[in-house]
Amino acid sequence: MEDPLAWKLAKRQESISIAEFFEKNRQILGFDSQPRSLITTVKEAVDNALDACEEAEILPDILIFVEQTGRDVITLIVEDNGPGIVRRQIPCVFAKLLYGSRFHAVKQSRGQQGIGISAAVLHSQLTSGKPVRIISKIGKDHPAHYFELVINTKTNEPEILKDEEIEWDRLHGTRVELEMEASYVRGRRQSVYEYLKETAIVNPHARITLVEPDGNEMLFERASEEMPVAAREVLPHPHGIELGTLMKILRYTERKRLAPFLRYSFSKIGLHTAEEICKTAEIDPNTDPRTLGVDDAKKLIKAFKKVKIMAPSTDCLSPIGEELIYRGLRKEHTADYITTTTRTPSVHSGHPFIIEAGIAYGGSLRKDERAKILRFANRVPLLYQQGACAITHTIEKIKWRQYGIDQAQGSLPTGPLVILVHIASTHTPFTSESKEAIADVPEIMNEIGLALKELARRVSAYLGKEKTLTKRREKEVIIKKILPQLATKTAQILERPTPDINPIIAKIMGNVLVKREIHENEKVHQVIIQVQNNTETTQRFTLHETHEHPIYNPSPTPKTTPIASEYNYQWKITLRPQEKKAILYDLQTKPDELQKLPPPIIDGIEKELVTGAKAINQRGA
Amino acid sequence: MQEKDPQSRASLKQVIQTIYEQLEDGTIPNMRLPTRTKKNIEITEGEVWVYGDSESTRSAKTTKGAYQLLKTTHLCDLLINDHLQQNKSSTLREIYYISENWNHAKFNEQPESDRLIEDLEIITGLQREDFHVRPEENGATIFGPLRIKETTKRGERTMHCQEDVGEAGYQIPYNVEKIEFLEHDAQLIIAIETGGMQDRLIENGFDEKYNALLIHLKGQPARSTRRLIKRLNTELQIPVAVFTDSDPWSYRIYASVAYGAIKTAHLSEQMATPQAQFLGVQPTDIIEYNLSTDKLTNQDIKALHNELTDPRFNTPYWDEQIKLQLELGKKAEQQAFAGKGLNYVTDTYLPTRLTEIGMIKR
Repeated sequence: MEDPLAWKLAKRQESISIAEFFEKNRQILGFDSQPRSLITTVKEAVDNALDACEEAEILPDILIFVEQTGRDVITLIVEDNGPGIVRRQIPCVFAKLLYGSRFHAVKQSRGQQGIGISAAVLHSQLTSGKPVRIISKIGKDHPAHYFELVINTKTNEPEILKDEEIEWDRLHGTRVELEMEASYVRGRRQSVYEYLKETAIVNPHARITLVEPDGNEMLFERASEEMPVAAREVLPHPHGIELGTLMKILRYTERKRLAPFLRYSFSKIGLHTAEEICKTAEIDPNTDPRTLGVDDAKKLIKAFKKVKIMAPSTDCLSPIGEELIYRGLRKEHTADYITTTTRTPSVHSGHPFIIEAGIAYGGSLRKDERAKILRFANRVPLLYQQGACAITHTIEKIKWRQYGIDQAQGSLPTGPLVILVHIASTHTPFTSESKEAIADVPEIMNEIGLALKELARRVSAYLGKEKTLTKRREKEVIIKKILPQLATKTAQILERPTPDINPIIAKIMGNVLVKREIHENEKVHQVIIQVQNNTETTQRFTLHETHEHPIYNPSPTPKTTPIASEYNYQWKITLRPQEKKAILYDLQTKPDELQKLPPPIIDGIEKELVTGAKAINQRGA
Repeated sequence: MQEKDPQSRASLKQVIQTIYEQLEDGTIPNMRLPTRTKKNIEITEGEVWVYGDSESTRSAKTTKGAYQLLKTTHLCDLLINDHLQQNKSSTLREIYYISENWNHAKFNEQPESDRLIEDLEIITGLQREDFHVRPEENGATIFGPLRIKETTKRGERTMHCQEDVGEAGYQIPYNVEKIEFLEHDAQLIIAIETGGMQDRLIENGFDEKYNALLIHLKGQPARSTRRLIKRLNTELQIPVAVFTDSDPWSYRIYASVAYGAIKTAHLSEQMATPQAQFLGVQPTDIIEYNLSTDKLTNQDIKALHNELTDPRFNTPYWDEQIKLQLELGKKAEQQAFAGKGLNYVTDTYLPTRLTEIGMIKR
């Protein structure tokens, strides 16, 4: 007997509906162009692999193999060393749309919508007609399972074409192979390469290998052996709850009375708070929650906002950490200076979030280009819609010139810098379903701004130091190369003795100058020691002179210490900036011994700040 | 050995002396020079361009300044001990190459050494000829009723610039001070932008008919050409007319003859001839004589607009001419008169214009 026509129609309608659902939502799902289809598929597969490895606390080792198998046809293989998937779950994970455990959980995770890999499978199936091939193995002593699956577009149920046990030389892990209409592009921002590179930056614990269609192999090596701290699941916080979700949990709760329902379904609600909420909503705390309608739910949400409730706990967030962001940036960029920060947790409409940021400056980065912005939400790189994103908007609002970085009015800064911003949150507010740009939520923008300004201050300090160093180097060229030549050359032209350039060196370097002149006479020689402070601070030091013979008529009078056969004289001197002083004494010695006099010794000033004397530092030590 | 050489040596030695004394004194060596930019240009009562009061300091505090001082020292050494001591000379380009052996004082490019020589002119109040420094190219030529005596390295030479020279004329030496004017019949000087037009005037016998000295400017005139025009004008009181193309660049040629240029503003008093008059080709001539023209390029238009704010063109005459040219959007060459016959320029245009500016009487 034939099926009634109505049944057939109904079936067709269903079959239309899932394909149609996909067609209508191509853009949201990330399959609106050939290059993007591939990126989205890689992204879903890699996200799954990373999540699985993290849950099992395995350091991820992921291989992405892209092969051109026809005009506009790509075969993609993604293989991980994760815990594997148990045999009976494999079909649902890969071939049932909207299957996933993460849909209702309040926890920071990469995928939020749970459409994920099965959408890629559907795209593959619709464009190539081929099934998805899966290999998965859960441990050394378990067999590897090989599946070929398609999604039944009528029922949204997996259809198993093959289910075999095979030999696989891995301990555990999962391998997905998909064939689809797609194209592999490179050399631009939105590419598989760039996506993986950015993923590697925020997942420094992962080793990612990419094999491009031309056989070129690229390795993003791991920079850390540390697993990120796993995010904990928590109950939803009343401030973030939406009406629909509240209605759903009211309907399906096992609690019989409203007050305990509130206490055990939400975080941060205690006995007292639960009663207060009921009172404010004017609902009897003993009401069966399952009987509450939409109006009561609205009253409850209003009450959530009126009653004082503690801020949500933040241990459900898993920030990357300053150290790991630093390592991630360092391994993918050759920069002169890298600085990173992780802010303390904050809250936007009931959802906790943490902003992390990093700036890499200099090195091989281009000086004449706009800063490169790396945006991440829950460790997932955001490649599209940079201009619509709160991260970009915040960066544009910062006055970078204050920090010594170029910027055209109201646009991104220009210079050799990479700016990384990561938002970790149980609920990231995106501008649209395509989840590529973060909405301009004031609390989030404020936190991003604070993080970036802190980093910009550090970059500015670094640049200041660099400038000082450059100046110092320039000065060294002047005093070591040019001035000596200038002195000898002018002396030679004028046929006069070469002048002593120490006083000028002291001035240029901003040093303390010690200049000893000896006026030779027949018997008694007059010694004049001039000291001048060219530094910007007051200098206190001791000047030592050591002679074989005693000195006469010293002015001012020194402290004298005879050591063995020598005489040591010490003058305590204090010089304000630019101040000059002179020490005079007479000396009786043979003229040839004058040439052998040891240089004056200065005690109490750093060696670099003294010109014309030997500097020692006993006092400061 | 030139008469002035001991004085030049002393002046250059003074430059070195100053640096030496600063070194000896413990002062960071430095040198003060007038700022050599358009902002620091003033017009004297004699209507020529000179540098104003703004000065900049070159100090060994900075690497750039220190290098410049060292280079100055080496350059002075060359000028004092090689040029003046041994009566040798070098061209600007040769000096750039000589510096190869100066280690840290080596010039990076020729404009750098050219500029430093100009700096020394400013500091000493002398001219590069006094240091025995020559430009690369020879000067332009003069043709007309003038007898001169030139002191050359091989003795004195006397010649008449019409009778004793070929059709190319007498070549102006780089040091015009070596020329003595003996006698002349000249009534006027015409300074001409292009060699072709000078040849045309010679071929047509314009010099004989009007007793004119024809001087070729060769584009932007060399210092020697400007200095010769100045000397002829002041020493012999011969009036000067400048005959160029009709485009913004040619007006600047006239302006540098009459008022001087930014780069050599320290020499304007010796080289600028403010009495020189602009003969043409004028934008009004384009209409009046219906000349063949070319379109103004974007650069031409930009240059014309710049000239509207240039103090050298700040007269009602130039304002009218430049605005007219912008309106026309056209420019014309001196040679455009050839379209009306080879004699037109000498028989009609020049006599008419010279009468208009009062240099000949009908």
